Amino acid sequence: MSVQATLPTRQAPAVLPSSGGMRGALSDLFWRRPRVLLLLMLAPPLLWLGIVYIGSLIALLLQSFFSIDEFSGLINRQFTLKTYGDLLQAANLDIILRTVTMAALVTLASAAIAFPIAYYAARYARGRWKALFYLAVMLPLWSSYLVKVYAWKLILAKEGILTWLLAKVHLGWLLDGWLALPYVGGSSLSVSATGTFIAFVYVWLPFMILPVQASLERVPTNLIEASSDLGASPGQTFRNVLFPLALPGIVAGSIFTFSLTLGDYIIPQIIGTSRLFIGQAVYAQQGTAGNIPLAAAFAVVPIVIMGFYLSGAKKLGAFDAL
Amino acid sequence: MTPAVSFQGVSRHFGAVKAVDALSLDIQPGEFFAMLGPSGSGKTTCLRLIAGFEQPTAGSISIFGERAEGVPPYRRNVNTVFQDYALFPHLNVLDNVAYGLMVRGVGKAERHKAAEEALALVRLPGYGARRPGQLSGGQRQRVALARALVNQPKVLLLDEPLGALDLKLREDMQEELKSLQKALGITFVFVTHDQGEALSMADRVAVFNEGRIAQVGAPQDIYQKPATRFVADFVGSSNVLPPDFVQRWSGQKRWGSLRPEAIRVNLGGGAKGNEGVAARLVATNYLGATTRLALDADGLRLHATVPAGSALPREGEQVTLSFNRESLHLMEEGA
Repeated sequence: MSVQATLPTRQAPAVLPSSGGMRGALSDLFWRRPRVLLLLMLAPPLLWLGIVYIGSLIALLLQSFFSIDEFSGLINRQFTLKTYGDLLQAANLDIILRTVTMAALVTLASAAIAFPIAYYAARYARGRWKALFYLAVMLPLWSSYLVKVYAWKLILAKEGILTWLLAKVHLGWLLDGWLALPYVGGSSLSVSATGTFIAFVYVWLPFMILPVQASLERVPTNLIEASSDLGASPGQTFRNVLFPLALPGIVAGSIFTFSLTLGDYIIPQIIGTSRLFIGQAVYAQQGTAGNIPLAAAFAVVPIVIMGFYLSGAKKLGAFDAL
Repeated sequence: MTPAVSFQGVSRHFGAVKAVDALSLDIQPGEFFAMLGPSGSGKTTCLRLIAGFEQPTAGSISIFGERAEGVPPYRRNVNTVFQDYALFPHLNVLDNVAYGLMVRGVGKAERHKAAEEALALVRLPGYGARRPGQLSGGQRQRVALARALVNQPKVLLLDEPLGALDLKLREDMQEELKSLQKALGITFVFVTHDQGEALSMADRVAVFNEGRIAQVGAPQDIYQKPATRFVADFVGSSNVLPPDFVQRWSGQKRWGSLRPEAIRVNLGGGAKGNEGVAARLVATNYLGATTRLALDADGLRLHATVPAGSALPREGEQVTLSFNRESLHLMEEGA
């Protein structure tokens, strides 16, 4: 077939048009040397990370190897492991154990609550429902953390809505029974470890939902179908395919919930018992007690725990499916 | 004989879209059956109805005489080779192949032995320790095949399994699949949009169009005696001839089809009466063994293929076309 084809007649551009001044020259430079552009883009965050963040971490680490002169209260800048020895005192060990247990429980509960929500959002929500999901998950992050925590204090208080509601449905005895238990109980939810737990789970839940949802979204539907096709019941498909493939997301989420709980000092301050968490201990030691080395040593604990946690997760194969 | 798969008036509608529409079909045991059609013609939906991923909106489906509506995929002895293989990325090749046995509770030693055998069957022995990500497309395809076959399915479904492979590999796999099917005697249901693949591999072909089957038959019948204009056009690009044209040659005012290789192209114009068709050469496409000519016969677009080495007219030149009356095939009305 012969086609009569002509391009619209305009003034034909030059074969090699000259560069357009300064900005053109700059574009040409970046095109010839892409690394220059990369370096320019990465310099500010690298400087921030390298100097401000890593630098202060090192300063913190150094502080933890100093000790405090108990008599004068002055810092003795001589390298010693004495401060770390102090961490092993029963009272301090108790703080660490309490914080780690709380962080672990909060992480487990967050994962258990987040998974179905994330699953729904990744597999079923479309269009408007998906937008609604993101809004519902993100909306709490837009309001002040303090406001949310104080709101929970009111909800959990003896005169609060939760106690009232349970009394209305004649389940007040359940709450009283729970509060009578050691460790988790107290005179009301707002001054019990259970209350601290509830507030932690609520505040950190979005940080679990979003990575789990992202990882579930990346699991191709046909893997689920293939599993079913090969004879796996929905439960077997969940255990053998869905969960292993979502594990990197769960681990990513748990890094948030676990480390945020380890380091937080506001929630246990406002809601819960008078027993300290690591964050509160750091706050108290560097403030009123003026024991910067012990505060630093306390601050190193979550870092070390997270290090173990990540290497353990890696050994379990949590990052294999990345 | 009980059909391996039987569709009785099966429909699958997605809202207003009739993906499969009142379709009836029997697939015989041990048959290599191809479902051929353009994308959106309903062939993949049919496959998913057999696998159990979709449920029919109306009608009934039986697999070896047993009603299959409402039976979940994991309780059907039917396995699928997916278009993009759907291998589990977190499991190695051996565990991928052994997956079906694992979920049925077969012990580790036994299922790994069976998986090794299945890998040997698809000529991938010793690949068990690798991850799917370390394999080439062709190797992944074989693993997907082994993973399905290890379960000894009654029906094996293949959803465009060769679509992602390059030409040479595809031709090798076509032969291999065919000989594998012969050796195992399993019913294969093969979905493809490649008419050459369907014709060369299948015992019978169903040509799908808009949720219905336009024609079912042996490859030769489909190719030489297309039932409708759609089949003629889709399978091997036959020339579709309008009723007025056909009437001149056969006396019947019906749609007709004429294979491009059935047309002889004679140099020089000046056709008279019913001796030949005057046409003008519009374009030539060199295809290696043959050359395909696009011709214009008084407004009717025709294609002819001539063997390599034939004397060719120049583009724009007048030629005379002729053909044997027997090669003019009359089609059913409509469509």
